[in-house]
Amino acid sequence: MTTTLTPRRPRPPAQPATLRARRLPAYAAPVIAVAALLLAAALVYGAGIGGPVLVVVVGALLYLAGLFVAANAVEGRRSARNRTWSALIHSAFVLAVLPLASVVWTLVSKGSERLDANFFGTSMNNIGARDANGGAYHAIVGTLQQVGIATLITVPLGVLCAIYIVEYGRGRFAFTIRFFVDVMTGIPSIVTGLFVLAFWVLIVSPWFNDGRPGFSGFAAALALSVLMLPTVVRSTEEMLRLVPAPLREGAYALGVPKWKTILRVVLPTALPGIVTGIMLAVARAAGETAPVLLVAGGGAAINFNPFENNQSSLALFVYQQAGEASKYSPARAWTAALTLVALVLVLTVAAKLLARRNRLGR
Amino acid sequence: MGDTPQRSAHAGTGGNPVATSHERPAGASARVAERPGNPGRPDGGLGGGGALPRARAFGAERAFRGLTLAAGTTVLVVIAAIAIFLVAKAVPALRANNESFWTFEGWFPNDDPPQFGIGALAFGTVLSSLLALLMAVPVALGIALYLSHYAPRRLGNTLGFLIDLLAAVPSVVFGLWGRDYFAQPVADLSAWLNRHFGWIPIFGDGPYGNSILLGSLVLAIMVLPIVTSLSREVFRQTPTANEEAALALGATRWEMIRTAVLPYGRPGVIAAVMLGLGRALGETIALALTLGSTYAISFNILASGGNSIAANIANRFAEANDTGRGALIASGLVLFAITLIVNITARAIIYRRREFTESAA
Repeated sequence: MTTTLTPRRPRPPAQPATLRARRLPAYAAPVIAVAALLLAAALVYGAGIGGPVLVVVVGALLYLAGLFVAANAVEGRRSARNRTWSALIHSAFVLAVLPLASVVWTLVSKGSERLDANFFGTSMNNIGARDANGGAYHAIVGTLQQVGIATLITVPLGVLCAIYIVEYGRGRFAFTIRFFVDVMTGIPSIVTGLFVLAFWVLIVSPWFNDGRPGFSGFAAALALSVLMLPTVVRSTEEMLRLVPAPLREGAYALGVPKWKTILRVVLPTALPGIVTGIMLAVARAAGETAPVLLVAGGGAAINFNPFENNQSSLALFVYQQAGEASKYSPARAWTAALTLVALVLVLTVAAKLLARRNRLGR
Repeated sequence: MGDTPQRSAHAGTGGNPVATSHERPAGASARVAERPGNPGRPDGGLGGGGALPRARAFGAERAFRGLTLAAGTTVLVVIAAIAIFLVAKAVPALRANNESFWTFEGWFPNDDPPQFGIGALAFGTVLSSLLALLMAVPVALGIALYLSHYAPRRLGNTLGFLIDLLAAVPSVVFGLWGRDYFAQPVADLSAWLNRHFGWIPIFGDGPYGNSILLGSLVLAIMVLPIVTSLSREVFRQTPTANEEAALALGATRWEMIRTAVLPYGRPGVIAAVMLGLGRALGETIALALTLGSTYAISFNILASGGNSIAANIANRFAEANDTGRGALIASGLVLFAITLIVNITARAIIYRRREFTESAA
């Protein structure tokens, strides 16, 4: 064996202290944290200015200051900055998780109280303040119909608009359209509600409704489709841009006309991404309360006809139950909220999973 | 875009129609020449072999093109229609108004003569939105950085997915939570702030309850996932080469973030914040449930009270008569104008730095 023949190497000399910067020992951070908490407790209770929450807050601030001072003394200024920012970023995370977790916990624990067949099988018709039962069947019907109609209106319109922007539009006009689609993304939902109120409910529908303003589920669907349109256009547009140019060129080379290339080659390629965008838009629309409140009017009874008379929706049901004085209404409100969130989340998760399988992904 | 053969082979459904349409009579396929002036692609003029069929005056190509053009124009029509119809319904109410629409603090449009003013509402809208953003944005950026650059990759992805889901939770849920479960802690906090920092004018005396502070905290919690999820996307798209170059030059992690990640993500972050601002300005139900619904301009954010344009519309709609509806529509018009200005400003900022934001915004 060769190793036995070679002379033993001398051990490498210990690294000189100058090559490696001095570092805070691993126990420094917890020690500073405990010291900061103790000091905070002493300060807060000593001065009598607050309770345990304040101790934690003051403790966190003292910890940040202490960490900076200690690291500054041992490791230098740059490293001290690094450590302090790192601690700040971590604490931002903790700070935000607390309320969000509280929302989710309240939603699940309160929402499961009325999660029974009666809730999903009955409406609020003839339910007085002293009645414990009553449910959201009418609201679920309303949500599904309104969102369905809104999707039927929005999807062809939005996809065609995106096709115009990507495939046909040139110059100033296409740019203007694109710009206003972006601007439309920011229009508040209540304004779309007011628009449909002014346009459809108060001006157009009285013509064929004996002069009375026609609150209806269809009006809500119109308002929701105004909300969904920019989302659908933007996501479709992004997906169409991702379709590789050689696919188009191949089709043109075979003599396929442009419109057919778009319908048969470009759209099918971009389809999964487009569906993802549509589902996200639907999820957002399903959670909107304000437009439905203004133009569908709400109602306690089941109404299967979206074109006539008031309709409710899940989000509106939550809002109306929240405003009621009955001691049973909070439970109904939370259960409806849980149902709504479940509906929205199912749509969102499905959309995200679909997006993950999308081959065109960025 | 790097297009791989595997990718175009997977265009799946896109492949077949091309093959089938090839089997059609040769004359039909030459219709591609109908597209005059298509930049970047050779067309017209070049096809030698004899007489090509003339472009038809009304073919499927033109019809489809016209259809998409109509759909594109719809967007402009809708935006114009929003402005026109809101104005049409607002003007009669504004004429009937007996007080100054801009300065009067109160909302009695159903009275005779009607009196209503937007001042307090617009003030409350702007104040609560700005407060909410002031609280939410630093925290949201912190979380976004944590998820993209500090957390272990798997954990970051999982939490990021959860944040995306929270961004989809409807606002009515946040409003209900804020009113029923968050109001008490905020009232305690208000009392504490007033006791120890009462000398600052915004921390005035109670009664504490549904205050601007509660409203803007709920707004902040609502906006947080939206801003986080958008800025996380942007931060994650920072070119790895930039990050590694910074690290190779000896930067600490924070210095790397400051010099490589934040400058790259700035336009995207501005877009995210503006989107959050848009949401906050237009938020209706959460504020209708958590604000005190008064009509006074006051900088005291602790006391019960406060109102916003959108919340006022939701609260007062049920009782409104014809003039009342007109008055609410007039206030909606003001909100529309505010959000339009905010949005156009934001878009102008983004479009100026387009090369960065094409994917980010």
